[in-house]
Amino acid sequence: MNKVVPDIREAVADIADGMSVMIGGFGGAGAPIELIHALVDRYKRTGSPGNLIVINNNAGNGDVGIAAMIDAGMVAKMVCSFPRSSDPKAFTDKYLAGEIGLELVPQGTLAERIRAAGAGIPAFYTPTSFGTMVAEGKPVAEFDGRKYVQERWLKADVALIKAELADRMGNLTYRKAARNFSPLMATAATTTIVQASRIVEPGDIDPEQVITPGIFVNRIVEVSDPKQEEALLRQGAKA
Amino acid sequence: MTKKLSNAQIAWRAAQDLPDGAYVNLGIGFPEMIAKFKPDGREVIYHTENGILGFGEAPPKGEEDWDLINAGKKAVTLNPGASFFHHADSFAMVRGGHLDIAVLGAYEVAENGDIANWSTGPGSVPAVGGAMDLVHGAKQIWVVTDHVTKDGKPKLLNKCRLPLTGVGCVTTIYTSLAVVDVKEGKFHLREKLPDMSLAELQALTEATLVVDAAVKDLVVPEL
Repeated sequence: MNKVVPDIREAVADIADGMSVMIGGFGGAGAPIELIHALVDRYKRTGSPGNLIVINNNAGNGDVGIAAMIDAGMVAKMVCSFPRSSDPKAFTDKYLAGEIGLELVPQGTLAERIRAAGAGIPAFYTPTSFGTMVAEGKPVAEFDGRKYVQERWLKADVALIKAELADRMGNLTYRKAARNFSPLMATAATTTIVQASRIVEPGDIDPEQVITPGIFVNRIVEVSDPKQEEALLRQGAKA
Repeated sequence: MTKKLSNAQIAWRAAQDLPDGAYVNLGIGFPEMIAKFKPDGREVIYHTENGILGFGEAPPKGEEDWDLINAGKKAVTLNPGASFFHHADSFAMVRGGHLDIAVLGAYEVAENGDIANWSTGPGSVPAVGGAMDLVHGAKQIWVVTDHVTKDGKPKLLNKCRLPLTGVGCVTTIYTSLAVVDVKEGKFHLREKLPDMSLAELQALTEATLVVDAAVKDLVVPEL
């Protein structure tokens, strides 16, 4: 078994128009910048993949990462909890012009919908959003005297993940708070594509330390010394 | 008109009520100031939605690690005993009732404990983050806020007018003029600024303030 692909362009080559794409990261921590920009470069070169549904906690910041995808015009809709940032211009301009869709999902509900999809649970009940406009149109049920809102699983065609260590079987570790949504997204996508800072031999990651077991991973590319989105923004990076 | 408390003074007052051993989530911005005023000798473990329990102060400038941030995307450090976890575990801590206290800001709070803090209505980009999860998760929900809006209108209301974040969830409100507990659908006045009369405070509060015990003076140091 060897899930390693040598080239980042090859890693994202089969992502097609109209697909749903989960992208790991919370703010800059865990954003797979190189995978995202391989996709942006392909779109600028070939006009594909466009019309994407992107699932992330946020909706881009500054000019790099998801903001660059939105700015390039390849995103039809964002599914996120917090489409604001220190520089949300890329999303805000398109949203206020009616050129991009938004499905706003409370952060914990977003996480649980992704977890549920990966775990084969089609729907669940949560107290979150009960009595608010976010719950409008959703079934409500009472359990032990308290009201809960039904939420459905959230799957994707592809997940793009940034890991710290990977082995060729797809076992992953993450760096600090860069973990956030990535272990959940890895379980909920048909194809999970990982950029890892270092690829090691099977057994080199202590089984006790594996965060994402390889069964959830389809493809790995090594990106040593990866860019960090927040650091890029603070350096004033442009796409 | 009585001088009102600054945000730092409101944060100081709320911090005095942090119990030893509590697991606490401080909302982005104003509530984050509370950590600075925690009384010595009490151990409080701070949770941040993006996946850290036990984070500490900001690092010195130039030593930030941008993979080590809080929910406000600010760089933090780790205290001994800290842990990392993914988002589903993070919100299991929230929704599962494991957090003792969550502190948020608010546009409006109603006497039945409803809170509105995420949307000022149509025309802006809506963003909710983890607020709707937190208000229905932590055992106590504290609000820190100015007592009135920028143009002097009450924020403690009979009923919220802005889109709700959660229903019947707020337990205590620390304002620039008073400390108010929410119990059985009413605002119960615990403390008020000593120079302010009850009538003056009531005039700035839409819902009725219930006084069912001796109201204490809200006394806060200069900060």
